[in-house]
Amino acid sequence: MTTDAAPAARVANLTKTYGMGQAVVRALDDVTLEIGAGEFTAVMGPSGSGKSTLMHCCAALDKADTGTVHIGEHELTGMNDKQLTRLRRDEIGFVFQSFNLVPTLTADENIKLPMAIAGRKPDQEWYDTVISTVDLGSRLKHKPSELSGGQQQRVAVARALASRPSIMFADEPTGNLDSKSGAEVLTLLRDSVDKHGQTIVMVTHDPVAAAYTDRVVFLADGRIVDELRNPDREAILDKMAELTARELEA
Amino acid sequence: MLKVTWRNLLARKVRLMLSGFAIVLGVAFVAGTMIFTDAMGGAFDDIIEGSTADVEIAFHGAGDFDSAQDNRTMPASVVKKLEALPEVESVHPQNGLQSVYIIGKNGKVVGGNGPPGLAFNPTTATSMTGKPILVTAEGELPDGPDEVAIDVDAADKAGYEIGDTVTLATSGTPPTMKARLTGLVEFGSGGLNGATLTVFDTKFLQDKFFGGKNVYTSISLNAADGVSQKELAAAAQKVLPKDVDAVTGDASVKKNKASLDQIMGFLKTFLLVFAGVALVVGVFLIINTFSILVAQRSRELALLRALGASRGQVNRSVITEALVVGLVGSTVGIGLGYLLALFLRFLFGKFGLDLASADFPVSGWTIFWSYAVGLVVTTIAAVLPAVRASRIPPMAALRDDVALPEATLRKRMIIGTVLVVLGAGGMVGGLAGSGTTGLILIGAGILFILIGVALMSALLGRPLLNLFAIIYRKLFGSVGNLAAQNTLRNPRRTGATASALMIGLALMSMMSIFGSSASASTDATIGKSLTSQFIVSNAVGQPFSPDVAHQIRKLPSVEGVAALRQGFPKVDGKTVYAVAVRAQDIKFAFRVPTSAGSLDDLGPGKVAVSEGQADSAGLDIGDPVTLEFQGAKVTLKVAAIFRDGGVVPGNYMVTPDTLVKGGMVPLDSMVFVTKKDSASTDDLQAGIERITKDLPTVTVKDPDGYADEQKSQINQFLYMIYGLLGLSVIIAILGVVNTLSLSVIERTREVGLLRAVGLSRRQLRTMIRLESVVVAVFGALLGMVMGVVFGSTLVWALKDQGLTELSIPWGMLAIFVLASAILGVLAAVFPARRAARLDVLKAIATE
Repeated sequence: MTTDAAPAARVANLTKTYGMGQAVVRALDDVTLEIGAGEFTAVMGPSGSGKSTLMHCCAALDKADTGTVHIGEHELTGMNDKQLTRLRRDEIGFVFQSFNLVPTLTADENIKLPMAIAGRKPDQEWYDTVISTVDLGSRLKHKPSELSGGQQQRVAVARALASRPSIMFADEPTGNLDSKSGAEVLTLLRDSVDKHGQTIVMVTHDPVAAAYTDRVVFLADGRIVDELRNPDREAILDKMAELTARELEA
Repeated sequence: MLKVTWRNLLARKVRLMLSGFAIVLGVAFVAGTMIFTDAMGGAFDDIIEGSTADVEIAFHGAGDFDSAQDNRTMPASVVKKLEALPEVESVHPQNGLQSVYIIGKNGKVVGGNGPPGLAFNPTTATSMTGKPILVTAEGELPDGPDEVAIDVDAADKAGYEIGDTVTLATSGTPPTMKARLTGLVEFGSGGLNGATLTVFDTKFLQDKFFGGKNVYTSISLNAADGVSQKELAAAAQKVLPKDVDAVTGDASVKKNKASLDQIMGFLKTFLLVFAGVALVVGVFLIINTFSILVAQRSRELALLRALGASRGQVNRSVITEALVVGLVGSTVGIGLGYLLALFLRFLFGKFGLDLASADFPVSGWTIFWSYAVGLVVTTIAAVLPAVRASRIPPMAALRDDVALPEATLRKRMIIGTVLVVLGAGGMVGGLAGSGTTGLILIGAGILFILIGVALMSALLGRPLLNLFAIIYRKLFGSVGNLAAQNTLRNPRRTGATASALMIGLALMSMMSIFGSSASASTDATIGKSLTSQFIVSNAVGQPFSPDVAHQIRKLPSVEGVAALRQGFPKVDGKTVYAVAVRAQDIKFAFRVPTSAGSLDDLGPGKVAVSEGQADSAGLDIGDPVTLEFQGAKVTLKVAAIFRDGGVVPGNYMVTPDTLVKGGMVPLDSMVFVTKKDSASTDDLQAGIERITKDLPTVTVKDPDGYADEQKSQINQFLYMIYGLLGLSVIIAILGVVNTLSLSVIERTREVGLLRAVGLSRRQLRTMIRLESVVVAVFGALLGMVMGVVFGSTLVWALKDQGLTELSIPWGMLAIFVLASAILGVLAAVFPARRAARLDVLKAIATE
């Protein structure tokens, strides 16, 4: 699903380096990218390609050296910590690879946490929709330690969805899960895009996971090197092989 | 393995520093107490040695360090006999007084209430130190009537210079006198520790205070060349009248130092008890810190085990860490202790003990005990966590989440209950017992109960913590809920941290109940028993001239006056408090309910005994009881048994002639005045104040004022106790800081997650602050409950000693809890800032 509407997120000429002198690492090298609203985008690339840095910069968790980041209408560059925090709370949803939940709170409380922090009441209808999508049923009153890895990750997705963020970032959300639980989580993400028009950016190096998305952006050495639309697993694997070969030549 | 230990120490120095600080404070308390008491002892030793000649001659019991002013005198003829002895080089007859106070230019008593006001005639005797006992620093010694020399320090404090007219409060008639200052003197040894010294001409002293007779209270001898102290004493003894002893300087010094050591021992024990409390709290803090550190490092320790480290090695590495902390803490503690000793000097200076010229030595024993205490305490505290660390199986290195094997709460509950039961038993036993053993039992009982409750605190706290969760959710929303949930996450840790605070708060609450009950009891007894309209007395019970009572008696509006005198004789070897009053005057002072006999029968040769004393000594009406005064043993018949808890300030009531027989100079300590029915109270007050206006050593009070004076003494004592217990509260708060900091480190990823999903820095800080307040208030409430139990028990047990009213100062207790909450907020400052500064990304990425 592509739209001509304003993009959900937009980065332009983003550059970020780590280290000094000889040891300087260019994590992002003049990256420009638009994330379409209502799209499920995967960012792929080998370790050290800068995909996590890109996501962190987009998600207001990290700051780039140069370049601009927009989330919807909000320009992130120049925002202070307070504004960034508020933006994360109101506009952005997160799903991490592991340790996604606050261990002292129940699944239900975890889902409502961002809204509770903001001091807002959840929209009951939407909340019910989210809960039914996540399909946790009776486990809502359980603490994370009483849930399986897949269930915990579904709670994390529900939490990200519940505040109706304009964009959701998922960092290797299936990295710690077995294939069945992973598939459940990916289906859940796919559904939220299809049914609710949620924009999702997912960082992954798993071609199976990437195959669930609408668009795959390939990163290498801090640059966008390629992209695929409506990919399947085979196409992704081919592209990855091609990129690896290109890298070996260089 | 040592390398690993060392690296760990360096890596965790901030965290260990806080536990180290607990040791620093505890050891500083021990070292400070020892340095201060050593300094004080040394200063008094100097005085004793510097004022003792080769042989000291005095009436039996009159020359002791703690004896009261004696009324027995020797005729001048004795001096002649002594001078004739070939062993004697010089004879120095003395007349000494203990209550001649110098009144400064500001109208106040120099040195305040407390230190004695010594007076004697000029002496040229040489002390054992080889220096003269008395040195004229400036001007000259008095040699005629109404002339005086005073010590340099006193002159400085009073603002007098040579040639000035000095005002003195004395035990003579009239109670104040004026004299021209002819010179400034110094005690041969240097300082007087806050006491003041006045020197009068021998003849003038005899005329004014010894009935104009050429008599002496004591004689100092210096030996001729080659004569030993013993030879001199033996020779002198032969020419002395009955009851007069010639004591060698060595023996006299030894005896006086022994009684001084006893007094110093009390002070030392008193202060060390509080050092002990601080150290117990420190133990809690260290156990907690090391437990958390071990828990956080369990994977690393497991790895060490997997790589082949033995249990013993893991165990030793933790203990070694503790020992290094103890060593460093003790070293710093000794340094801080020195400063504390100087602070104590300042504090005691406020109460008249002037140690400005004293040495403050750090003795070998001080260093030994400081290190011993510091090292033993840290080691004991580290043993439990070390044993637990060594139990981590090597397999744990491979697992993701390592759960440290911990004793079950059930086991803790059982041990805790046993300790509480044992402690309660100890308290009951202690309350039933008496003296030092009783007090030790009570103390041990309280300690056992506190440790027992501390063990159970993890469970006991749960309802309270849940209550906090509800309140917090209402008041602070999700941030409050998160904070409350955090305290529930590890109930043992919360419990242990709160328990450390509980100990200090329990003791403070107990003392506040004790003090409040004492004040209430004072009010009640004074309201109930006092019959007089005015009381003339000295705040700390120093005796004053009987001429005051004599003059008041002559006032036209006075119906009657009761002058109370005091003595501290021994009965069956134990010192008791005897109060002397003419039987017919008792009615002018107070109502004394009797349980047997009648106070009308009190007269010369008779005694009234308090019920408690009668019970413990098995006395009944008509029984003989022997009071051993410093001058003589006096056997009296029991005429009445009066009830305890009244206004009578003593356990034995006798008539004034008994004190005279006991060798004591007649000095009043309290004068009660009852007005004629027709007279006006104001007139009477004006009359009494006219008599006492020049005498700053005494004050005139109505019953309310008298009660206030007593209560302010109680409060002063209470504040001192609060101050001393404050140290343990500080250590406990450090424990809160430590636990919170370690928890924040432990929960780095969670903090990162919360920040990522939108928790602002401010909300994060609030969360940690709220968590801290829960821990602090939990500890305070627990302590308060324990304190109320201990305090009420104590008051109940002491009801025979005059604590008739139980008063629980809820307002004060509420202040304690509130103060704890504020301390909790303060404790959170550092950990909260640390958490708020965490880089969100790094925090999430933390393994």
